[in-house]
Amino acid sequence: METSELIEKLILIVTLFAVTLGIAAYATYFERKVAAWFQDRIGPDRAGPFGILQPLADGGKLFFKEDFVPEAAEKWLFILGPGIAMFTALMTGSVIPWSTNLTLFGQDIALQVADVNIGILFIMGFLSIGVYGIMIGGWASNNKYSLFSAVRASSQMISYELAMGICVIVVVMMTGSLGLREIVDAQHGMNWNVFYQPVAFIVFFICALAETNRAPFDLPECESELIGGYHTEYGSMKMGFYLFAEYVSLFISSAVISTLFFGGYNFPGMDNFEGNTLAILGVVAMFTKTFIFVFIFMWIRWTLPRFRFDQLMHLGWKSLIPISLINLLITGLVIAFNEGWFK
Amino acid sequence: MQSLTDRKKVVSKKEMTFMEKLYLPAIIGGMWITFKHLFRKNNTVKYPEETREFAPVYRGQHVLKRDEEGRENCTACGLCAVACPAEAITMVAAERVKGEENLYREEKYAEKYEINMLRCIFCGLCEEACPKEAIFLTDRIVPSNFERDEFVYGKDRLVEQLNDRIDITKRQHTGKRSKI
Repeated sequence: METSELIEKLILIVTLFAVTLGIAAYATYFERKVAAWFQDRIGPDRAGPFGILQPLADGGKLFFKEDFVPEAAEKWLFILGPGIAMFTALMTGSVIPWSTNLTLFGQDIALQVADVNIGILFIMGFLSIGVYGIMIGGWASNNKYSLFSAVRASSQMISYELAMGICVIVVVMMTGSLGLREIVDAQHGMNWNVFYQPVAFIVFFICALAETNRAPFDLPECESELIGGYHTEYGSMKMGFYLFAEYVSLFISSAVISTLFFGGYNFPGMDNFEGNTLAILGVVAMFTKTFIFVFIFMWIRWTLPRFRFDQLMHLGWKSLIPISLINLLITGLVIAFNEGWFK
Repeated sequence: MQSLTDRKKVVSKKEMTFMEKLYLPAIIGGMWITFKHLFRKNNTVKYPEETREFAPVYRGQHVLKRDEEGRENCTACGLCAVACPAEAITMVAAERVKGEENLYREEKYAEKYEINMLRCIFCGLCEEACPKEAIFLTDRIVPSNFERDEFVYGKDRLVEQLNDRIDITKRQHTGKRSKI
């Protein structure tokens, strides 16, 4: 690898890291604001104008809390848990293509940290490793409630990953590639996958809610039953990491949904632009879609009550998986028909 | 058997229709409701800057009133302390000596008068018991504090200042005390 390419990738990684963390930080602020608006309140407005310094204040508060490890906890795993959660949440962002190539100083810069040809598998893999953070943290706490929460998180993950994977397969079948760049390029202009695969989109969206542990599937962290959940024993920045990882994966999940089903950086009328203008407009389009999904995630959270655990399992195994399987079958038949296999 | 009242409700456990089983229409309906709330006026009262208007009979921090000439009304009869269900009020009586007529309204006065605001339940029975219209509850809130001792309010904080009289006209409905 050449030095210039190395520097380019390094800058891209640092930028993406900073942007993801910044967006996750402001997602916490925005979540509280959205909750307030939905409940006819104002929300945080004391720290800075409109309370925009609230995430900094929250982070600062968490830093100055006592960093506590319970006596009966498995110390190493206890510390490892939040680290895994944060690491996996941040890693998934690396394969998402944020826009078309940018030309700077005579260099073609791909706005994607790593164009892995199995991009979507990479994301699925890291998303499912994410549950290890919760499981290890919950187990290492040596607390019954935390353990319960960890068990719930893992069983939820297993039941929803299947349906999610099948929905991804449908998209992959339509594109013929596992690379995210190819998937996005196949949805040029307004040719978005959601118009061909609305069922897959809905199932994927529901699974994404379960995957990011958000309401109505936030069973691993239900305050009323589990006094907090897997992070009951956590405090200080370790707790902060868990909360933060949740918002990072919220952002990444929204980005993945817009990449797979809503055309990523494609927007109607994109053929009128080219070069850097197109790249920048692409970034704007991508982020607009992502933020809309972040908002919808929050909207759902502040609308729907939490599912009961058996209802959650029922929905996952008895509804979503059959629906996505039938969808897979029909898509396969239609593709085969179009390819002329039945002639 | 025929029921004696018509209050009994027949519980039906009907099967959900297909549309209901889909959940999605109901979810979208719910989301529409929350969406409408986005554009509602918010109900927040930004407390330190704005305060909610109190009811005229709100029972907050007590005041020991002075009369029109600035003399303390309280005669340390102890009826408020007897009436107090939380036993929050204590006092020590003293006799007025010559030269103090401009300070105390009658021959006897409260040398010490203490209300423990942590015990007080703000029921207003002291106000009702007082025959001299000396103690009233006002629309002021007892401020929070870090020290327990600070919640025992003495005369320094209970008796109204001469240049800063507390308006209790909305509560002065008893008419027990005759005009001077």
